[in-house]
Amino acid sequence: MSTIMSNTTSVTTTSMRFAPINLGRWLVWSLFAILLVVAPLIFNKGASLSILCQMGTVMIFGLSYNMLLGQGGMLSFGHAVYSGLGAYFAIHAMNLASGGSLPIPVSLIPLVGGIFGMLFGVLFGYVTTKKSGTTFSMITLGIVELVFACSLMFPDFFGGEGGISTNRVMGEKVFGISYGPQIQVYYLIAFWLFISTVGMFAFTQTPLGRIINAVRDNPERVEFIGYNTQWVRYLTLILSAFFAGISGGLSAINFEIVTAENVSAVRSGAILLFTFIGGVGFFFGPLIGAVVGVFLTVLLSDFTKAWQLYLGVFFIVIVMYAPGGIASILMMNLRLMVYKRFGMVAPRLLLMVAATLLACVGGVMIIEMLYHLTLESANGTVMRLFGTEVDAAGVTGWLIALALVAVGALMFWRGRPAFRQAWDQANLEIEELIRKEHA
Amino acid sequence: MSAYSVELKDVRKSFGKSEIIRGATLQVPKGERYAIIGPNGAGKSTLFNLISGRFGVSAGDILLNGRSIVGMKPFEINRCGLSRSFQITNIFHRLTVYENLRCAVLWSLGYKYSFWHRLNGLRDAHERAEAVLEQIGLRRRRNTAAGLLTYAEQRALEIGITIAGGADVILLDEPTAGMSRSESDHAVELIRRVTEGKTLLMVEHDMSVVFGLADKIAVVVYGEVIACDTPANIRGNARVQEAYLGGHAPAEEHA
Repeated sequence: MSTIMSNTTSVTTTSMRFAPINLGRWLVWSLFAILLVVAPLIFNKGASLSILCQMGTVMIFGLSYNMLLGQGGMLSFGHAVYSGLGAYFAIHAMNLASGGSLPIPVSLIPLVGGIFGMLFGVLFGYVTTKKSGTTFSMITLGIVELVFACSLMFPDFFGGEGGISTNRVMGEKVFGISYGPQIQVYYLIAFWLFISTVGMFAFTQTPLGRIINAVRDNPERVEFIGYNTQWVRYLTLILSAFFAGISGGLSAINFEIVTAENVSAVRSGAILLFTFIGGVGFFFGPLIGAVVGVFLTVLLSDFTKAWQLYLGVFFIVIVMYAPGGIASILMMNLRLMVYKRFGMVAPRLLLMVAATLLACVGGVMIIEMLYHLTLESANGTVMRLFGTEVDAAGVTGWLIALALVAVGALMFWRGRPAFRQAWDQANLEIEELIRKEHA
Repeated sequence: MSAYSVELKDVRKSFGKSEIIRGATLQVPKGERYAIIGPNGAGKSTLFNLISGRFGVSAGDILLNGRSIVGMKPFEINRCGLSRSFQITNIFHRLTVYENLRCAVLWSLGYKYSFWHRLNGLRDAHERAEAVLEQIGLRRRRNTAAGLLTYAEQRALEIGITIAGGADVILLDEPTAGMSRSESDHAVELIRRVTEGKTLLMVEHDMSVVFGLADKIAVVVYGEVIACDTPANIRGNARVQEAYLGGHAPAEEHA
């Protein structure tokens, strides 16, 4: 008895960080839930509700993609296969349900998408996860092209060029919910987003979720601690495909149409871009990525024809200068704030941001004027830019744009050494603090 | 059950046309510490790679606790109770020291590919990882990313990962390579402590480590085990001196 006692006390004293229930975590999840509930109340203008709906589905898709990329080091070029096929099965299920031959409510349709996404994960994942690294990427690219080709070969299932459409308003109302109004669809998406996010976060806290991190870091060593890395990758991919399928099912409900584009390499590439922009190193990175990505693709495309150029440039800048994505930029600054060192860098950071903004405005002017000249000059060379009339063929606009770029670049170039020094100094001090804490 | 933990029977391995291991035979009894020495390129590391399943043998047989492990994958051999470390540090760089060790104990505790257990709720895995952390003396560095450790600390972690799963046959590939004198003394103590009651097979260049730790020394030259005896006898073995040491007696302070 005494030995048991002493054992347990020694365990509790040597493991102060062993905290099964985490108060901070409950707080974060509650905030997330509240945010999902109130978002449509805050953004209630025009198309913002449909944009929120898209963000929700892309968030699930991005999180599921990051199970592979961020947590498993698997760069997939074909993740849309799982969401897309999930979407197709979901939309067929909806059509069957409205025909009365399948008793399934719309609220559970995402689950149909998830299950079929998972089944295709079982099928294709077995092939793709046999290899890792570049070979894995190549095979995923092959599979997505294969599925896309099939989508045109089997028009009965895939609907050919026009895709498959449906009507989500069907059957009797359940608790007064018909999914006619977009707001009801939003809350359905928000519900599944919350469940899926909890599910995928929980995955990161399981043995498999940790071993997939180990496989990412060093697959060879994992083989020597008893794990078959191929199985680890395979199981992770199947789970990831399940959540991708859920997002596909939700997008089928949201748009009431699924086309071949849903299973395309383009869609797969987009989620890679969004996830990377958001940040693969943090669990919540893809959430940010989805917001930014949908913002850039849906909103920006309303304003400018050059939106793809901006998205591409933004992606390249992130890859080159902030490979941890927006999430890592946020977390680095948050760290400074936590250790009360943000004041050291704030003025210089502000200067750098201002310089970047100036140069960006100039750059955007140049690009927009170029686009206008080449594509729309038939309607006259005068265009609206940032609320003012600018003549794209005149000299003034170009001079202002070039001046802005020059001034921004000069400010950036002159301010950078001081900023870098302050930044390094602040981080050095923090590391010193941490070291003292541990000593 | 066999009295030998590891048994090599006329093991051969060729890469292309060149035969690297040419009929190596060795028997390591349970609970003993064996060191493998030999000149560079003699095939010591290759021998380790064969035993641990990293490479397949070309001919011959390898028995682990009396059971042939030829053709088995590294993870299958590991599940049979053999664990190895690497000459070039092979750890999980982005995980913390604690997570490294916890990963290393999961399989042996039977959690396998579970995605239904909560990792932080696994008391046994937690306690085992903490115990190994204590053993290898990295308690202070518990929450540091493994990639940020000093070289000697990474080597200690390397050994920690190797022993954490509780395997009873331990293979260490040059555990003290690149260490300073005091660091390697420290490592010898660590190895002695953590391999208590286990079968140890290690490749080592540092003679003071070899003579300090090993019950028996096996000398590998040109892919063959030319002698296997106690340190004292190996020192006096004329064949070893001729083949391996070029006439020089094994130096006390080789490092």
